[in-house]
Amino acid sequence: MSTSVTPLATPPGVRVPAARWVGLVAAAVLLWFAVYRQLVPFSEWATARLGLERGTHLEESVRFFLYDTPKVLMLLTLVVFVMGVVRSWFSPERTRALLAGKAEGMGNVAAAGLGIFTPFCSCSAVPLFVGFVSAGVPLGVTFSFLIAAPMVNEVALGLLFALLGWKIAVTYLAFGLGVAIVAGWVIGRLRLEHWLEPWVREVRATEGSSSGEERLALIDRLKAGWDATREIVGRVWAWIIAGIAVGAFIHGYVPADLLAGIMGKGAWWSVPAAVVMGIPMYSNAAGIIPIVEALLGKGAALGTVLAFMMSVIALSLPEMIILRKVLSPRLIAVFAGVVSAGILGVGFLFNILFT
Amino acid sequence: MRHIKILGTGCARCKQAEAVVREVLAADRIEATVEKVEDIQAIMAYHVLATPALVIDEKVTIAGRVPTAAEVRSLLNA
Repeated sequence: MSTSVTPLATPPGVRVPAARWVGLVAAAVLLWFAVYRQLVPFSEWATARLGLERGTHLEESVRFFLYDTPKVLMLLTLVVFVMGVVRSWFSPERTRALLAGKAEGMGNVAAAGLGIFTPFCSCSAVPLFVGFVSAGVPLGVTFSFLIAAPMVNEVALGLLFALLGWKIAVTYLAFGLGVAIVAGWVIGRLRLEHWLEPWVREVRATEGSSSGEERLALIDRLKAGWDATREIVGRVWAWIIAGIAVGAFIHGYVPADLLAGIMGKGAWWSVPAAVVMGIPMYSNAAGIIPIVEALLGKGAALGTVLAFMMSVIALSLPEMIILRKVLSPRLIAVFAGVVSAGILGVGFLFNILFT
Repeated sequence: MRHIKILGTGCARCKQAEAVVREVLAADRIEATVEKVEDIQAIMAYHVLATPALVIDEKVTIAGRVPTAAEVRSLLNA
């Protein structure tokens, strides 16, 4: 990651010609597809060059790793770039303005939907939370947003689509939003506003004190996409490679039927066990999905695996420690409880639906 | 003398923002105080929704991303 000062950076005001940017993007997309088509032959060739005997555990693992690493990184780059451009239409300020007038119910649906697109980084969770609540966004609606934003994000959806197909990606999208909407609605119904830390209720939002909304040209949006790509890929690539390494090990060494007994459909207790295991684990969608792919290949049930994935992403200890600054411990317990219940429901439902 | 504050709860991107500001100040020999605001209540007093945020002379100029050196330079010369 290099955010170091480059004297070559274009100063604001001096504009790179639009045609050059569009041309560059088009060329990059063409190059992307040309390289992507070569990934299978490349992994076969590279594995063969290493002199590994075909069909051994080690060879299977290495081939999986050499194929998945460039594939996942390339897909991630593409998805993050496209989403970076789309996201330039959604700012946290605009999202808050859209949600401030909403009642519960529709507000929860809108909040979860906006959670997909609004730029969100976990270190901004607290300012967002306080900013939303103080602007009159209902507590439950704020929670819908906070649950949906990390869980149903572009990285998770893009990777699920790429590795597991559109059916699973769409179902994950629907159920992820469902959990966020229902959990937020339940928290709203419980009327827990008095469990906020006292100072939060005293912050009063004033309009226009934040930096204003800018009108952007297409080039600025392409640039926003490029910035997002550099920043997000720069931040998660190590997680992804670690995830693929674990996935490759599972792929090569774990016998095909071993997981069917522990994580298969027959074992009802595997869903709650997966959720509990996921809470202390802290990873993001990027690191966990290659593992998910490998587990599924070994006979683990889809619902169990998705419950595990949602738990790892949505319920994390570090995030709860940060949220402790604005929420009382009881409210955090309710949050964790409601979200866990939602994830359990999704896990069981998937195991019943997909046979 | 400019007063610069960087708002952020201590995440990696907030540290990057501080580094960018300090490099610009050093390179351009601009005299300014740089303060890192990490207390969440103090941050919320500026009503930002996303961190890191750059505050110059008590005015929020950039929120939710790491500013580039060029941006910092032009904001300081404004």
